Amino acid sequence: MGKNLFQKVWDIHKVADLPGGRTQLFIGLHLIHEVTSPQAFAMIKELGLKVAYPDRTFATCDHIIPTDNISRPFADSMAEEMMQALEKNTKENGITFFGPESGYQGVVHIVGPELGLTQPGITVACGDSHTATHGAFGAIAFGIGTSQVRDVLATQTMALNDLKVRRVEVNGKLKPGVYAKDIILYLIRHLGVNGGIGYAYEFAGSTIENLSMEGRMTVCNMAIEGGARVGYVNPDAKTYDYLKGKKYAPKGEKWDKMLAYWESIKSDKDAEYDDVVVFNAEDIEPMVTWGINPEQGIGISEKLPMGDNPSFKEAYEYMKLKPGAPIKGTKIDVAFIGSCTNGRIEDLREAAKYLKGKKVASHVKALAVPGSATVKAKAEAEGLDKIFIEAGFEWRNPGCSMCLAMNPDKLVGDQICASTSNRNFKGRQGSSSGRTILMSPAMAAAAAVTGEVSDVREVFGLN
Amino acid sequence: MSIKPIKKVMGKGVPILGDDIDTDRIIPARYLKCVTFDGIGEFAFYDERFDSDGKPKNHPLNDNRFKDASIIIAGNNFGCGSSREHAPQSIKRAGFSAIIAESFAEIFYGNSTTLGLVCVTLSNDEIVELAKTVEANPNIQIEIDIEGEVIRAGDKVYKCGIKPSTKKSLLDGEYDSLGVLLKNMDKVKEVEKNLPYSFA
Repeated sequence: MGKNLFQKVWDIHKVADLPGGRTQLFIGLHLIHEVTSPQAFAMIKELGLKVAYPDRTFATCDHIIPTDNISRPFADSMAEEMMQALEKNTKENGITFFGPESGYQGVVHIVGPELGLTQPGITVACGDSHTATHGAFGAIAFGIGTSQVRDVLATQTMALNDLKVRRVEVNGKLKPGVYAKDIILYLIRHLGVNGGIGYAYEFAGSTIENLSMEGRMTVCNMAIEGGARVGYVNPDAKTYDYLKGKKYAPKGEKWDKMLAYWESIKSDKDAEYDDVVVFNAEDIEPMVTWGINPEQGIGISEKLPMGDNPSFKEAYEYMKLKPGAPIKGTKIDVAFIGSCTNGRIEDLREAAKYLKGKKVASHVKALAVPGSATVKAKAEAEGLDKIFIEAGFEWRNPGCSMCLAMNPDKLVGDQICASTSNRNFKGRQGSSSGRTILMSPAMAAAAAVTGEVSDVREVFGLN
Repeated sequence: MSIKPIKKVMGKGVPILGDDIDTDRIIPARYLKCVTFDGIGEFAFYDERFDSDGKPKNHPLNDNRFKDASIIIAGNNFGCGSSREHAPQSIKRAGFSAIIAESFAEIFYGNSTTLGLVCVTLSNDEIVELAKTVEANPNIQIEIDIEGEVIRAGDKVYKCGIKPSTKKSLLDGEYDSLGVLLKNMDKVKEVEKNLPYSFA
C-alpha cells in the first residue's frame, strides 16, 4: 500500500519520538502576527532563548489593524501597543515583517500564499486556527496556541499527536452560483463541527481538482471548522502555476529540484486512508448558516430545520429565527466581504461581477475588505474598487476586519451580518448579541443588494 | 525546565453545560488585546456572564453556590473555534485547574495541557449525572485521579478518558513541551539540513 501526502510530509519533518507517543515535528515555515506572538516572545526572552530559525519566520499584522484609518499611532492604544511589540520583536530577532509600509501587509493566510512562502510538502505553523488554509498547496499546516508559538520560535519544532487521515472526496460539476464556500459549508453540515477531531482532511475528487487555488484555499481554510486539525489538497499543475514567479517561490534550477520534491510527496494512487467519504457536487446549492456554529447551515431554498435538541434551541433563541420558516428573506443589516476565507482577489472579482450597476439596499452597511495590500492593489488596477463604491460598499484597507472583533469593525446590538467569514459563533463579530450568517461572496453580494438573505441565482439571473 | 508533576486534581465543580462552547465565548475577541496574559482571568466567559451594561446575567459562574469551584463540567466539543491560548489562560487564571467534558476541540486540548490545565472526558450520561450531583451539592469534592484515570465525586466513581501522551506528560511533569523539545536540538539541525526547501 502507498502513502498519503500527510504521512510523507510528516515523516520528512519528524525529528524524534517523544515520551508518551507524541512526535517532535520540524516546522518549515512559521508565520506570526500581533495577537498570539507577543506573549511567546516574552516567554523565550525570559528563558534566555533565541529565535532558532529567523529565516523561517515571517510576520505580518492583521487582526487588530484598523481598515479605515491606518495612520500611526492607531486610535486604539492597545492595538498600537501590540503593533509596536511586533515591530520590536521582529526587529530584535531578525525576522522579516510585512507591515503596512512593506506593501505586502494583510491577513497572514493570504499573505503567505501570495508571496510564494506557502509551498507543497512543507510544514507550516501559525498562531491562528485558520492556518489550515495553507493546505491548499499540499502543505501540512497547523493552527497553534501561544505556548506552541513559543516552542516554534525557540526550537522550530512542536510536539504533536499523529493524526488519522480522512479522504473527503467531492466529485462532479458545481451548479451555477455554487462556490468553494458552499462546498465547505455543505461538508461541515454533513460531517459535523467535531467530525474531524483527530483527523487530517485530504480534500480530493474532480470538484476539488477543478477549483482554482483560491477556491481550494477557501475549502482548506474552514477544515478547522469541521474539527479537523489540518486540511489539504494534493499539489498539481495548477498549484505550480500559481507559485511560479512569486517572491519567495524557488527559481531557476531550484524550481526544477523543488518540482521533483513536490511531485514526490503527492498521495500515492494506492495510498491508504483511515476513512473515505464521498460527496456529489450536484447535490450542493448555495449555502447559508442559520445558527451559532458552522455546522448549522442549509441550502438557500431550504426551510429552517425543526428539532428540539438543546443546541438548536440555543441557536434559535440567539439568532431570533423560527424553525420551519424559510431562511430566504431574512432581513440583514450588514454585508461583509473579506476575511482569510473570502478576501482574495477572486472573491472580490466574483462579487464585483454581480454588483456592477447595482445598488446596496438603503438600510444595509456594506464593507468590502481586501485580504492584503497586494489584493487591494490588484483590485484597484482592475477597477473593482469603483464597482464596489458605486454600488454603495465601503472600500477598506486590508485586515481581518469584521470577521472578529479586534479592530473597530464590529456589529452593534443584535444586527445581522451576511458575512463571507468563517465563524458564526455567538458574539463573534463584536457584539454579544450580534448575529452572523455565513455565505459565499456572491451570496453576500446578493444579500447586500436585496437587503435580505437571498438566492444569488434568482437575484442575478443565473441558471 | 522542571515543572511539578500533576497526579491529582481536587476541587469543587461548576457545570457550564451545552455543546460547542467556543473560544470566542470563553474569551471574547476584544479581550485578546494584550501583550501578556496577566489579568486575563477576569474576562473568562465575559459575554456569557455580563450583559452589555455590565450587569451579571444568569450564568453558573455568577452563582454564589459555585464561587469556589475549580473544576468546570462541560458538554461536547468544548473549546472549539479559534486557537487562541487566551481561552485556557483565562480559565486557568480565573482559578480553574481542570475541565471535565464530553469532548474537547483539538487545539484547545493541546493548549490547556501545555499549561497544566487538566482536560479529561466522560460520557454524556456521566456528565449529566455529575452535573446533577454538583447542582444538588455544590460543596462536594471532586477528585480527578490522573494516574488511575478515574473521577470520584461522593460515592460515585467514573472511569475518565485521557490521551496516553497527555497522561504521561502530566505525571512526568513534562506537559510544558519546551523542555523536551530543547533536548533534541542536534536532531532538529539534522532534519533542517536535509530539508529540500528554505526561504533565505
